[in-house]
Amino acid sequence: MAFVLSPDAPLSNWIVELDAQIERSATFFAGRPIVVDLSGIPETDPGLGTLFDELRARGIRVIGTEGLDGLTPAIQSVGGPLIGGRPLGLYEVPDDPPDEPPAPEPTSMVLDEPVRSGQTILFPQGDLTINGSVASGAEIMAGGSVHVYGVLRGRAIAGVTGNQQARIFCNRLDAELISIDGLYMTAEDMDAFRGKSIMARLEGSSIIITEIS
Amino acid sequence: MAKVLVVTSGKGGVGKTTSTAALGAALAKAGKNVVVVDFDVGLRNLDIVMGAERRVVFDMINVIQGDAKLSQALIRDKRVETLSILPASQTRDKDALTSEGVEKIIAELREKFDWVICDSPAGIERGASLAMHHADVAVIVTNPEVSSVRDSDRIIGLLDSKTERATRGERIEKHLLLTRYDPVRAARGDMLKTEDVLEILSIPLLGIIPESQEVLRASNLGTPVVLSNPEAAPSRAYADAARRLMGEQVPMTVPGEKTSLFGKLFGRRVA
Repeated sequence: MAFVLSPDAPLSNWIVELDAQIERSATFFAGRPIVVDLSGIPETDPGLGTLFDELRARGIRVIGTEGLDGLTPAIQSVGGPLIGGRPLGLYEVPDDPPDEPPAPEPTSMVLDEPVRSGQTILFPQGDLTINGSVASGAEIMAGGSVHVYGVLRGRAIAGVTGNQQARIFCNRLDAELISIDGLYMTAEDMDAFRGKSIMARLEGSSIIITEIS
Repeated sequence: MAKVLVVTSGKGGVGKTTSTAALGAALAKAGKNVVVVDFDVGLRNLDIVMGAERRVVFDMINVIQGDAKLSQALIRDKRVETLSILPASQTRDKDALTSEGVEKIIAELREKFDWVICDSPAGIERGASLAMHHADVAVIVTNPEVSSVRDSDRIIGLLDSKTERATRGERIEKHLLLTRYDPVRAARGDMLKTEDVLEILSIPLLGIIPESQEVLRASNLGTPVVLSNPEAAPSRAYADAARRLMGEQVPMTVPGEKTSLFGKLFGRRVA
């Protein structure tokens, strides 16, 4: 089965429309046998002589023509008129399938090593989880919430990008400082919760710590 | 295959030089070819503890700057023939160390010895980072008290990020050596307990060296404690630690001092 392109006069305009179609459906024409139906084109159309060169330049494989009685050199160059074809109806050329959407950026980071004194971990894109302890003198900072499955002895800073919903969770609180969206609390003010499993969140402009089991 | 071991701590005065000399002597007594290298340029102490301070002609800086060959700078120990020391310079400072120079020296030492033990200076700057840079194994010397533990944690973080092995993506073997341990004070709560230190640092324990007056006596004599008094508690603990370094499984104990009957009667504190 071959597809039939039926250009309208003037050919120069039609070529522009063809280019627009190729833009939307670049893969459609590759390797497909095309018959050009010239019945809509008067023999005097200036584009006729270069039509087949234009089509070839766009990767369109013309196997023959129909609909024009005269045998111009151009028509001869693509093999001349074809006979015996049976029309099967109009065909809507489909647009190319849309590109694969890019893989989504990760919004959480998990570390399996303890964070050592002097180290700083920063993950502004989302939640940060440490499967281990955070040493005294270490800092962990996240745009989202901070989770420590171990002892938190250093500094934990959540909501660094301005996120008031961010929270801080840890198995055992022994932190030097905790902060959520810029508001902070030092170790002195956390004495009641030292050694406990806690969740810290912002309520208004204060950090509220609750024990969790 | 030679092993380069760094004895480091972060904190000063916890027992790095004492431990370098003791572990070096214990390994050499076990038959290994050992060199102990002093990286504390300007404040050298390893030569004193090893009793070599009156025989120093050339030092590591001389070798780095091409004034002497490595073999001219190495000093052989008089008591154990497989033990040598490469002293540091006393007149220069850490800026005289170059990473290319240190790399060349370590490479040359790897060919001559089974164990190259680098005595790191305190701190985290150039001397300490060059001492640890080429290490395969690290012994982190820690006293059971909070400042020392935090500094040791910092050093462990640096071992995992700034050494040659870490930058290649390989692991560096880390061991904790707990020194100046006093069981009485630990029981009273004045000092951290071993479990507390291990919980914070999370690295395997190489040994527990008890506080002892023998250590000061030995360094005044210019002898590693394992050679001056092999039966003393710290010497036995260092010998066990050296065996663990060589891969042996040795059950962990805190060697107690042998107190005399009079000591018990008059309640003298464990010395």
